[in-house]
Amino acid sequence: MGRDGGDQTPSQSDPLKDLERRLEEARGRAGLPPRRGAKASEPDGAPAAGMGAGMRIAVDLVAALAVGVGLGWLLDTWLGTAPWLLLVFFCIGAAAGFLNVYRTYQELEKQARQRRAERQDPGDADRGPDA
Amino acid sequence: MAGPLEQFEVRPLVPIQVGGLDLSFTNSALWMLIAATAITLLLTMSMRGRALVPTRLQSVAEILYETVANMLRENVGKAGRPYFPFVFSLFMFLLFGNLLGMIPYSFTFTSHIIVTFGLAIVVFLGVTVIGIARHGAKFLSLFVPQGAPGWTLVLIIPIELVSYLSRPVSLSVRLFANMTVGHLMLKVIAGFVVGLGVFGILPLAGLVAITALEFLIAVIQAYVFTILTCIYLHDAIHLH
Repeated sequence: MGRDGGDQTPSQSDPLKDLERRLEEARGRAGLPPRRGAKASEPDGAPAAGMGAGMRIAVDLVAALAVGVGLGWLLDTWLGTAPWLLLVFFCIGAAAGFLNVYRTYQELEKQARQRRAERQDPGDADRGPDA
Repeated sequence: MAGPLEQFEVRPLVPIQVGGLDLSFTNSALWMLIAATAITLLLTMSMRGRALVPTRLQSVAEILYETVANMLRENVGKAGRPYFPFVFSLFMFLLFGNLLGMIPYSFTFTSHIIVTFGLAIVVFLGVTVIGIARHGAKFLSLFVPQGAPGWTLVLIIPIELVSYLSRPVSLSVRLFANMTVGHLMLKVIAGFVVGLGVFGILPLAGLVAITALEFLIAVIQAYVFTILTCIYLHDAIHLH
């Protein structure tokens, strides 16, 4: 970790930037589509990433509900208040599930916005003809 | 042909019994050991040269390092540095566990909820302890959103608490479900290939595509688990 840059500015001023540009030019000449992100390791745009996001949201929703119900049931058996705490915690769990989904959505939206901003970076303007 | 669920069976290889406890060395443990060994070998062998212009293997190690370092920097910031060794180990262990599981006849230890839940609970407890150690009682303000009127807190605090407690569950279930479903699907569709005779070519073609997808999912799920760890770490360090 040599670089000590700020938190979210991916502006690299090292020789790699030049390599990136030359690579893009070469790809343009060869008739290949331009690479999308700078980092290939990041799952972006692809349908699999969308599937991943869907799975993530579904699990977020169900997990909170399960925890709520589990907690309610445990407290019920412990305190002997038969169905009441289970009912209360079912509702709390459902609300927490929605809260999770909302947070995940915000998260994904933030990531998507960052990626869009990166793509419209003026540095990568010369991309060659698109295939 | 073996049933589709047989691939998930944990079998003892070296039975060990200690005071009524079954501590056998299982196929699951064997593949965890293989993963840890493979990671250690990859990282130490590839970095032996320490070349300025990396060899192929060295650049693999560097890319892996950079990926996790960037993840940590972008999601936690500078305060996340001390936790890099843990996050990197976690990522590599999951990545290798998921990918080694794609080798035929291997065992996917990440397809067992107890393994993923064990890792998730370590992350959960670790993050909670870090938060309390850093902020003391102020850590509890994580459950109180700013600007909420007083009377709504009666409702909001339990909701936030359940949401917080659901983290290890969703973290572990996500990885476990993805790996289990993927491997199950592969096996079931492979069963169709044999059963359909000549027309088995259709599921076989599908199988090729699904295998490629499974490799993608293996990487993405390791990535998601790690990035969520980073996000939880961020919450504990910066509180919101």
